[in-house]
Amino acid sequence: MKETVIKTDKLTKRFGDFVATNEISLEVYKGEIFGFLGANGAGKTTAMRMLCGLSIPSSGQATIAGFDVYKQTEHIKKHIGYMSQKFSLYEDLTVLENIRFFGGIYGLSNADIKTKSEALLNELGLQDEAKTLVGSLPLGWKQKLSFSVAILHDPKIVFLDEPTGGVDPVTRRQFWDLIYNAADRGITIFVTTHYMDEAEYCNRISIMVDGRIQALDSPANLKKQFNASSMDEVFFELARGAKRGE
Amino acid sequence: MRTIRFLLAKEFRQIFRNKAILAMILVVPVMQLVVLPLAANYEVKNINISVVDNDHSTYSAKLIFKVTSSGYFRMTEAKNTFNDAFKLIETDKADLVLEIPHGFEQRLIREDEQKLFIAVNAINGTKANLGGAYLNNIIRNFNADLRLQMIVPGKLNPMPVVEIAPTNWYNPLLDYHVFMVPGILAVLLTMIGSYLTALNIVKEKEVGTIEQINVTPIKKHHFILGKLIPFLVLSLVVFTLGLIVAWAVYGIVPAGSIGLMYGFILIYLLAVLGLGLLISTYCDTQQQAMFIAFFFLMIFIMMGGLFTPIESMPGWAKSLTALNPVSYMIDVMRMIVLKGSGFNNIKHQLMKVFLFAVVFNSWAIWNYKKTT
Repeated sequence: MKETVIKTDKLTKRFGDFVATNEISLEVYKGEIFGFLGANGAGKTTAMRMLCGLSIPSSGQATIAGFDVYKQTEHIKKHIGYMSQKFSLYEDLTVLENIRFFGGIYGLSNADIKTKSEALLNELGLQDEAKTLVGSLPLGWKQKLSFSVAILHDPKIVFLDEPTGGVDPVTRRQFWDLIYNAADRGITIFVTTHYMDEAEYCNRISIMVDGRIQALDSPANLKKQFNASSMDEVFFELARGAKRGE
Repeated sequence: MRTIRFLLAKEFRQIFRNKAILAMILVVPVMQLVVLPLAANYEVKNINISVVDNDHSTYSAKLIFKVTSSGYFRMTEAKNTFNDAFKLIETDKADLVLEIPHGFEQRLIREDEQKLFIAVNAINGTKANLGGAYLNNIIRNFNADLRLQMIVPGKLNPMPVVEIAPTNWYNPLLDYHVFMVPGILAVLLTMIGSYLTALNIVKEKEVGTIEQINVTPIKKHHFILGKLIPFLVLSLVVFTLGLIVAWAVYGIVPAGSIGLMYGFILIYLLAVLGLGLLISTYCDTQQQAMFIAFFFLMIFIMMGGLFTPIESMPGWAKSLTALNPVSYMIDVMRMIVLKGSGFNNIKHQLMKVFLFAVVFNSWAIWNYKKTT
């Protein structure tokens, strides 16, 4: 029996008359890499913010790591990591200071912070940059650092909102290596992306169009279902019907 | 507690890396405290006066000498007719015109009575009022001197003179610096404290780092305390610098207890920083925060009793100052620094400011939403 870590039922968010996320229902299992796809403006970020406890849903149900998204947002926050679309480590702090700060507010012990930050710097090859201000790192490094900091406290789930936007192909590969490593450690990955090659790396994906989930399955099954040779075709087939977006 | 330690470490690092903020905290207040009290002075000097002397007598010359030697007036051009002199007022070259009529000396001696004419440029009300008053005073003195000379020895003084000998308590020399410096220090502290905190959280919103904070299990009051404490410490540094400047430059040593002063300042700063944080939780951009903070500070400072005494405000304005933390601060600063007031004298202000601190900070914590 697979352990469900994210479960939503008709989860909806309205802003006035605008329904950003419309009755989405999905389940994500432990250790899975779940790709959350959709065109710009499809409602991915809104949905993700609700799952992270940053935004209260308008209607519907959802539990994250067993906690309710309405009443237990602060419990959810203990068990998840989040990497937003916008780079959000402190640019005026050094690499090590950022690691220590976030480790500290997640309540890691000093010893834990020390061992984990060393391991992290080794994994990213940033030993020499430990005392460099984060603002002066190249984007690719920043993104990798940001991901590593998001999973520093060993969350059950990590939410990644377009983590590889604007990053070169080599760094994207390295980024996905980090994702696989985390998944191997049992961390569930919930990731949005616009790169269809990255969609292929996921165990299962959902595709959102205009606030609704139009398809949800493994990449192989989706290609079969839409009689397509690549994920690109699947995505195009679904997303071209979109009314909103750019 | 441990969380707060991490927050403080982060905040202090960021502050010490930001040269602009350091300058704002250390250099700006010291400079302002040195410059402003010298310039912001109620004492009116250099009043431009034009004299129309139609008499050209010994007495008129004496009077003119007395006026110019007082130190308050500066002679501009002398004119032959009042109309010419009035043109100087129109072109803003003169603030006052003193006209000495023809036959001034003669009539003064013979008829024992004379009229002088003063025209005042009342566009700058303070200058005009004070200038007029000074001039009146000088003329009255001049008059008294004349009478003294004319008293025939042996006769009784025809006019008994009541002399008033005022003593100025708490500021015996009526030194304006003594009055202004504590007030300006209070205003500086208020501005620096509330601006820094108002901009701080908003900056995290603009950069996006607040999102990363909001997705952690951090407690709201920890976050707010983590913002409050660093700026409290910095503001106390500013205050200490201010006291040093007041002593070194103006020789002002607080008459009252320094401990009491720091106690009051601590509570006051909590209120002011709380206001900044509150503004910060309502705004999305630093620009908005700037304008809103500016709006409140402008009103607080203008109506705080620094420049105009609260006692002379209209009734409605007086009741509004009850909601103005700055007015309590300026009041207490002057009381402790000049009068040496003790705890019992400032109890009322302390209570009010404490209330502001509690309200602003609780409101800020309440309005800071980690989940929207």
